[in-house]
Amino acid sequence: MAKIIELDKIGMSFEKKVGLLQPNKRIDVLRDINLDIAEGQIVAVVGESGCGKTTIGKIITGLMKPTEGELRFGGKNLYGFSLNVFSRTREQVQFVQQDSYAALNPVLTIRQSLSAPISHHYKNYSAADTEKKINEIMSFVGLTPPEQFLSKYPHMLSGGQRQRILMARAISLEPKLIVADEPVSMIDVSMRLSILNLMNKLNEMLGISFVYITHDLATAKYIARNGNICVMYLGEIVEFGSVEAVLRSPKHPYTQALIAAVPVPDPKAAKQGRDIPIKSMEITSLENRSKGCVFYDRCPYAEEKCRNKIEDTLVDGVRVKCCKIGELPEWTN
Amino acid sequence: MENIVEIRDIVIEYKLKKYALRAVDGVSLDIAAGKITALVGESGSGKTTVASSLLNCISSPGEIVSGTVRRHTGPNEVTEVEKLGENALNEFRWKQISMVFQGAQSALNPVVTIFNQFYETMVVHENYKPKSERKKITKQEAEQRIRYLLDFVNLDADRVMTSYPHELSGGMKQRVMIAFSLLLDPKLIILDEPTTALDVITQDFIFKLLQKVNREMGIAMLLLTHDISVVAKYADYMAVMYGGRLMEYGTVEEVFEHKYHPYTRGLIDSTPAINKDVGLLRPIGGEPPDLLNMPAGCKFHPRCPQCKEICKQSEPKTVTMETGHRVKCFLYEDEA
Ligand SMILES: Nc1ncnc2c1ncn2[C@@H]1O[C@H](COP(=O)(O)OP(=O)(O)O)[C@@H](O)[C@H]1O
Ligand SMILES: Nc1ncnc2c1ncn2[C@@H]1O[C@H](COP(=O)(O)OP(=O)(O)O)[C@@H](O)[C@H]1O
Ligand code: SF4
Ligand SMILES: [Mg+2]
Ligand SMILES: [Mg+2]
Repeated sequence: MAKIIELDKIGMSFEKKVGLLQPNKRIDVLRDINLDIAEGQIVAVVGESGCGKTTIGKIITGLMKPTEGELRFGGKNLYGFSLNVFSRTREQVQFVQQDSYAALNPVLTIRQSLSAPISHHYKNYSAADTEKKINEIMSFVGLTPPEQFLSKYPHMLSGGQRQRILMARAISLEPKLIVADEPVSMIDVSMRLSILNLMNKLNEMLGISFVYITHDLATAKYIARNGNICVMYLGEIVEFGSVEAVLRSPKHPYTQALIAAVPVPDPKAAKQGRDIPIKSMEITSLENRSKGCVFYDRCPYAEEKCRNKIEDTLVDGVRVKCCKIGELPEWTN
Repeated sequence: MENIVEIRDIVIEYKLKKYALRAVDGVSLDIAAGKITALVGESGSGKTTVASSLLNCISSPGEIVSGTVRRHTGPNEVTEVEKLGENALNEFRWKQISMVFQGAQSALNPVVTIFNQFYETMVVHENYKPKSERKKITKQEAEQRIRYLLDFVNLDADRVMTSYPHELSGGMKQRVMIAFSLLLDPKLIILDEPTTALDVITQDFIFKLLQKVNREMGIAMLLLTHDISVVAKYADYMAVMYGGRLMEYGTVEEVFEHKYHPYTRGLIDSTPAINKDVGLLRPIGGEPPDLLNMPAGCKFHPRCPQCKEICKQSEPKTVTMETGHRVKCFLYEDEA
């Protein structure tokens, strides 16, 4: 499978004001991020709030320029492109954000919100062509009949319907990849599965790749069941591999703790859950994390060598950032 | 089984200017003493409104239109909270039932230390008592109690007592709130979405703590949540709400085993699980109900895959099965 996007040793840091007279402090929000996304693939990016998921999403979609490393699109450095090529390339990677209400202009009707990018992109389209395209994509995302929605304003729709509109807008430019940032966390529980199924449908029928960003491991497993998962902690990818392999036998102590903590919708299984292997409940801040392993302060297996820079280890096709692989207890789910 | 609260046929409306919004309609619910009962439903289904009625603190302009809420406050002693005066009600709050509101961490006063927030509450509550029963609480007495509670929720009491809220993490603040709710030794704690915004590892830790409070102190809990997996893992009983109605009630094991109500079934079957390998799951179709434009008949009928003709016309009664399991659905009316 051809790679669409490669993140090569990407890092991102922000200036943080400390005080009037002190120099600003640089905070590394992302460190050493390596990630490939192939054509037609679904990659889930999982981690708790603040670990850097949205920042990765913005980097992939070209909304934010990384401070370190190289972002390659079709094998070429995205930031080496001319402005023209850059913006055309960016259209092939769409971002669907968490807050569907904030993502849509409240004073525009749905038709207006959808037609603007279409007529901008397809310069030779007549008004009738644009309308035809709008009807097509609306039906595709399950908003039928389209007339029922097109003249409405965003606030007149439910969260689930607005999320479908965002999907429709994202596919209107026939992108190769959609980055969906927590697309179901703000909508009613009974509507979530149908949005996940819609993403699976767009993936299967249109061949669009997805980066699904979430804090919810269960939906990550569901949507990327044939794809990859990338587990993040404090700005680093601690484990990366196929969903199947990572969830069956998680290798990184953080992934193990995370999986042990996730409740399952089955009382018998849930109540037999194992104890969470973790040393401390307090989450370290980005500023105070160890120079070595990001999980050092909370890891039950930590020892002195974990404070040095950790290299990736490849085990059974899974990439793990832990220096004690092979010395840790076996873990299978 | 002993109940600590019995809600009967309660109807609650928000009296807005142009119309009354009926947020809760005919809900009956028992809350078992010493157990964890979950009230589960999606947002807007009426969870917070029902729970607020236990403390007579429904947010304005909400009113109980009909029905009763009876609390068993002692052996053979029942309090009807609607009839309490203001001071007695304030004493009843916290001492009998305390509530940790959704997002309560942000309700902590930002400019007062944790110790002083606890202490002030203890002092204020003395004043709600009849004059003859009031005691002076010294700081030393208060400290002993506060220390005990902070220890109980695994917080470093020395550090936390002198801290201001912004110096604590989200998980620590939530533990402070739990300690706070225990301050006056209640019989029941209501927890409204206590772990939203916390990561799953912290969530599990908070729930294990709540289970410890429940088991070691014998305090009953009413847990409001939209997350069916959380219910499966941590609750004993569950009540499923939909559009202001209580659709199903039973032990967590029974509800998950039988999934009698089609909404319960839909909810459970459409929840992804990390311990199962399944292909595509089937979503619940349609959209959640609009309280201002409710369908006739069963409120779930427009989304129900098992809808019959009668479901469109009249609303089913609640059927109680032999095991005590209760369901509001026509599919089971013969089993009454
Ligand atoms: N523009 C910015 N300036 C400074 N810090 C930022 C900026 N954007 C994000 N951050 C910080 O980067 C970290 C990761 O944020 P984010 O990517 O939003 O995490 P997530 O999506 O996983 O919750 C957070 O600590 C956040 O405060
Ligand atoms: N103070 C209020 N004024 C008017 N309507 C309210 C008020 N509080 C809640 N409601 C409405 O009552 C219904 C039930 O709300 P609530 O009990 O908060 O549900 P839940 O806790 O299950 O999300 C919702 O439609 C909500 O909009
Ligand atoms: S590298 Fe060391 S500290 Fe980090 S997770 Fe692995 S064992 Fe624990
Ligand atoms: Mg985010
Ligand atoms: Mg609520």
